[in-house]
Amino acid sequence: MADTETSVSARSPLAGHAARFAAATRRSGGAVRLAELPYLAQIDVRLDPKGPAADAVGLALGFPLPTQPNTVVHGGGSSALWLGPDEWLVVGRPGTRAELEGRLREAVGDEPAAVVDISAQRTALLVAGPRSRDLLSHGCALDLHPRSFGAGRCAQTLLARAQVVLAVRDELKPGFWVLVRSSFAGYLGDWLLDAATEYTGAV
Amino acid sequence: MLLIPCPWCGPRDEAEYTYGGQAHVPYPQDPASLPDEEWGRYLFHRANPKGPHAERWCHTAGCRRWFNAVRDTATNQLLAVYRAGEPRLAGGEANGRDLFA
Amino acid sequence: MSETTGQPFRLPEGGRIHRDEPLRFRFDDAEYTGFRGDTLASALLAGGVHRTGTSVRLGRPRGIFAAGSEEPNAVHQIEEPFPEPMLTATTVELYDGLVARSLPGRGRLADRPDPARYDARHAHCDLLVVGAGPAGLAAAATAARAGARVILADEQPELGGSLLAGRELPGWTREIGEELDAAPEVRVLRRTTVFGHYDDNYLLAVERRTNHLGAHAPAHLSRERIWRIRARHVILATGAHERSLAFAGNDRPGVMLAGAARTYAVRYAVVPGRRAVVLTTNDSAYAAALDLAAAGLEIAAVVDTRPQPGTWAQRAEQAGIEVLPGHAVVGTRGDTHVTSVTVAGYAEGRLTSSARQFTADLLLVSGGWNPVLQLYSQAGGRLRFDDALGCFVPDGCRQAVEAVGSANGTFGLGRCLAEGTAAAARAIAADPIPLPSFTDEPSSPAIQVFVVPGTDADGDGDHTHFVDLQRDVTVADLDRATGAGLGSVEHLKRYTTAGTAHDQGKTSGVLTSGVAAHLMGARIAELGTTTFRPPYTPVSFAALAGRDRGALHDPVRVTPLHDWHAAHGAVFENVGQWKRPWYYPQDGESMDAAVQRECRAAREGVAFMDASTLGKIDVQGPDAATFLDRLYTNMMSTLKTGMIRYGVMCRADGMVFDDGTVARIAEDRFLATTTTGNAAAVLEWMEEWLQTEWPELRVHLTSVTEQWATVALAGPLSRELLAGLAPRLAVDAESFPFMAWRDTKVAGIPARVCRISFSGELAYEINVLGWHAPALWDALYAAGRPLGLTPYGTETMHVLRAEKGYPIVGQDTDGTVTPQDLGMGWVVSKKKPDYMGKRSHARAESRRPDRKHLVGLLPDDPAVVLPEGTQLVAGSRLPEPPVPMLGHITSSYRSAALGRGFALGLVRGGRDRMGERLYAPVGGELVPVTVASPVLYDPEGARRDG
Repeated sequence: MADTETSVSARSPLAGHAARFAAATRRSGGAVRLAELPYLAQIDVRLDPKGPAADAVGLALGFPLPTQPNTVVHGGGSSALWLGPDEWLVVGRPGTRAELEGRLREAVGDEPAAVVDISAQRTALLVAGPRSRDLLSHGCALDLHPRSFGAGRCAQTLLARAQVVLAVRDELKPGFWVLVRSSFAGYLGDWLLDAATEYTGAV
Repeated sequence: MLLIPCPWCGPRDEAEYTYGGQAHVPYPQDPASLPDEEWGRYLFHRANPKGPHAERWCHTAGCRRWFNAVRDTATNQLLAVYRAGEPRLAGGEANGRDLFA
Repeated sequence: MSETTGQPFRLPEGGRIHRDEPLRFRFDDAEYTGFRGDTLASALLAGGVHRTGTSVRLGRPRGIFAAGSEEPNAVHQIEEPFPEPMLTATTVELYDGLVARSLPGRGRLADRPDPARYDARHAHCDLLVVGAGPAGLAAAATAARAGARVILADEQPELGGSLLAGRELPGWTREIGEELDAAPEVRVLRRTTVFGHYDDNYLLAVERRTNHLGAHAPAHLSRERIWRIRARHVILATGAHERSLAFAGNDRPGVMLAGAARTYAVRYAVVPGRRAVVLTTNDSAYAAALDLAAAGLEIAAVVDTRPQPGTWAQRAEQAGIEVLPGHAVVGTRGDTHVTSVTVAGYAEGRLTSSARQFTADLLLVSGGWNPVLQLYSQAGGRLRFDDALGCFVPDGCRQAVEAVGSANGTFGLGRCLAEGTAAAARAIAADPIPLPSFTDEPSSPAIQVFVVPGTDADGDGDHTHFVDLQRDVTVADLDRATGAGLGSVEHLKRYTTAGTAHDQGKTSGVLTSGVAAHLMGARIAELGTTTFRPPYTPVSFAALAGRDRGALHDPVRVTPLHDWHAAHGAVFENVGQWKRPWYYPQDGESMDAAVQRECRAAREGVAFMDASTLGKIDVQGPDAATFLDRLYTNMMSTLKTGMIRYGVMCRADGMVFDDGTVARIAEDRFLATTTTGNAAAVLEWMEEWLQTEWPELRVHLTSVTEQWATVALAGPLSRELLAGLAPRLAVDAESFPFMAWRDTKVAGIPARVCRISFSGELAYEINVLGWHAPALWDALYAAGRPLGLTPYGTETMHVLRAEKGYPIVGQDTDGTVTPQDLGMGWVVSKKKPDYMGKRSHARAESRRPDRKHLVGLLPDDPAVVLPEGTQLVAGSRLPEPPVPMLGHITSSYRSAALGRGFALGLVRGGRDRMGERLYAPVGGELVPVTVASPVLYDPEGARRDG
């Protein structure tokens, strides 16, 4: 079942930044890559990690929800990010939000859990490339060294003056997902482009 | 910029937190039965010690969990952190956790 | 050697300057040349410029006094390539095209925006080493070899610290530097001053990245960068600053710290004069004297206050230098520069022989060395005066910080190296590293001398015994202060201003304490020092602001419809961080005209606005209704699925905190809206109660503010417009009553439509996923234009709601207003056993009849629109102050529907004053107004069903 974002004309929060992200990526000669990943399915799941709903969601996803704080598990086309001791963000491919929400809601059944579609609440940015850690460190106070924030890690924190969810996507090449509230996306996009000037050469 | 150890997320910059005042000031069981003075005390009177002080913090920009901390108001040192609902710590113990591990 | 033309004081060889890179610069309108590797100060000295300014208070000539960031005198205005005020010549690296000017006091800010970029970076490390002198290099190398993450920061462009001004270990310095540069986990920050040491080993540093390139700085690189460093351990290898001592005429150009003169000669190949007298209380000045003598400077005499100077004196004598033990300088002569130095016998604070005069153009002084412990002190470290060393030394800190080398009062290269490696090994549990063997020369103890008495011949008392050169504070000033009974160094500092200048008393602080102790007959140890505060050296606001300026100064939050608003000429209003359309002027329309037009459209036709900024919270779980009952003043548990209820939240003190609507989505699920500005605060407030007081409630809260974009559609024609776009929706008032919501499709887009009105008109709020908002808006606009659909902004929204007497939290309330004060007793449950604020509403104070009530206020002259905030008084003539104030106006507009100006206000006992005339003092006038019901338009509510 295709979601409406593919059938109805939709506009993602950073649609207006696409050309500038592409130009910055090109100018950096591979040092950094900036792009919006629009329309990801994002479902907020709240439940007792020790209760039966957690197991049911694990079965529905095909992998258990991470219980280690600030970690992420990927599998079967979706990811589950630990956001809090009873809160996860399940992320899926664009066009799957209704199906994913339905699947998770069915899994939790009558358990006292919450399943909320927040796909349009935030948009995702890909910040990748060998200088991506340096780029983020201009505005992120977390220690992003691969030894403390490597593959499998995620965090809710501040980037510049915006709250973000940061998830390492180091599987192939260094990179991060930066999930940001849609209303802050334009600000954060502008900020990242400005901070990337260092790596994209003369203006 | 304090480095505050969230009981869930570990040490993070103070900028990620909201301060919530003195801890262990419970909402009265039956407010209607309280005389004005006692209700006023609940609303407005808080300790202001020089030294260890049990206080509430919320990891607003992180996991959004409220927790308690014992902070020495004279040195700004955090002596202990513990989750909401856990019994009050006196400070000096780290509740079995290394605060900054 | 043609480049040295015009550099009469440049030595023909030596130094760390690049003679193949001559640089031209201007100072006070004269042309000079220097070399890359020079500072502005060294290049000026090479050109024979010693006097670099005039003192602020007394107008006395002053010259270059030091060679580093402790410089008190040579503070200059940079004119080109970009104006910058008050930079010290000793820290400005010379570049081609530099134009500088001496400053009589304050500098001048640029009159144009700074084109340079500034930024910040966060960094983390196991060990931060501040200072790349011998102790710092040994510490950094020790940690680096153990694989630790190390940051080494030094304010100089080259590593080496004091080694740059000496002749020891050149090979070792270079090798360690190369090793550190190559180590993968080591970050070496040159040209970087660590200026603040805060809690939990959080340190701020400023890196000067392209300043030294002048006009050739690449535009895409930040000029300065603030490093925000979190370090597990900190080693302060910050060295020591030499101090002067107070004697008559100790401020003339040509008086210079002995170590600084050595630095100029060895590092920059510049001699700051031709014939020098050296005044010292310790051994260190002898090395300077010998190096300067080797550089060709004539040393007229070394004047040593100690009766028996020891082995260094013998070495000086062997080099043909006259040493005068048990002597001191008692005066200097010269108009704009030292021309002679007067010396007399000295012992234990007294002059013991008659004066003798030396011709000299340079007087080098060393009153001892002060460990640089500003950062240690900022970190909370205690300082202790060491009588043997004659300086303050570290005495313990609660943070993981240690001072090493001369910052720890350890003088002698070999001991500094050993201390550096040992400290690093301790900090990260590693082994010390092998170090070059270096045997420190035996030293003779210094004696503490802070004041040398003047001779009667001078006749100027202590008025030229300077303590703080930058503030022109003398021994006489301190004498007056202590004579006035001030006994604390903190009071002395504030009374005399000693130590409060640009240099923060780096060379004068300990001298001030020493002189004060001398005057009071006290011990320095008892007096202590003043408190050190960041920044260690001045930091530009541009650097501190970094990227947070202009458009990035603060996040600008926008809705998915922002581009449409901008394209259609909206004037925006800032609501918190949001940009909201304020009004949409057409063809040069005034604000007033635009708002009147928008209001008419909403009252008479149809109008729409972007209401996406409202906060939205999904409340889910079996106990959701119970939870909402506790937080809202009214009952939410009785709300039926499919329906919506207006609600008010109070704090426990009973005062209105926020308001909004609550829609019941399912038995166990609600959607609560909040005001735009309070969205985050309300969610935090709800979470706080849930987590800390009611953890037993099975409820979860999720912000969905941006999941949903909201379009408010208002006006008698709104039903017709909606019906055309939502064919599946039964829009008649019976099927879709007021305060109900329906899920449907609008223009083919899945939407949740709510029958909510904030204007009193028939109205809808259409919620769609944020990314569908532009499509919805475009469809509404296309379908609605034949009906006259008009976009409206926040100003029109405010007028419409005020006409209906709907308060805005934060505008008509201010944290002292209860729901009852607002005339909304109907929203406060009488049935619930408790709700947030109930106990406070029961207080006698909350029930007083003379509380301020929200009322309508009609100016007698319908053309008048009173300014918001205007006070209200009773009589038509103002009595003598204090005038009793009855309240104030909280909202005031011109109403198209009412054809007049009107206002809402909080008025004492207002509900009992209906029809009463009050007066609003505006300018010099008392404007008559009449108290009325706050609901001025359609009081029967006939319009909301269309």
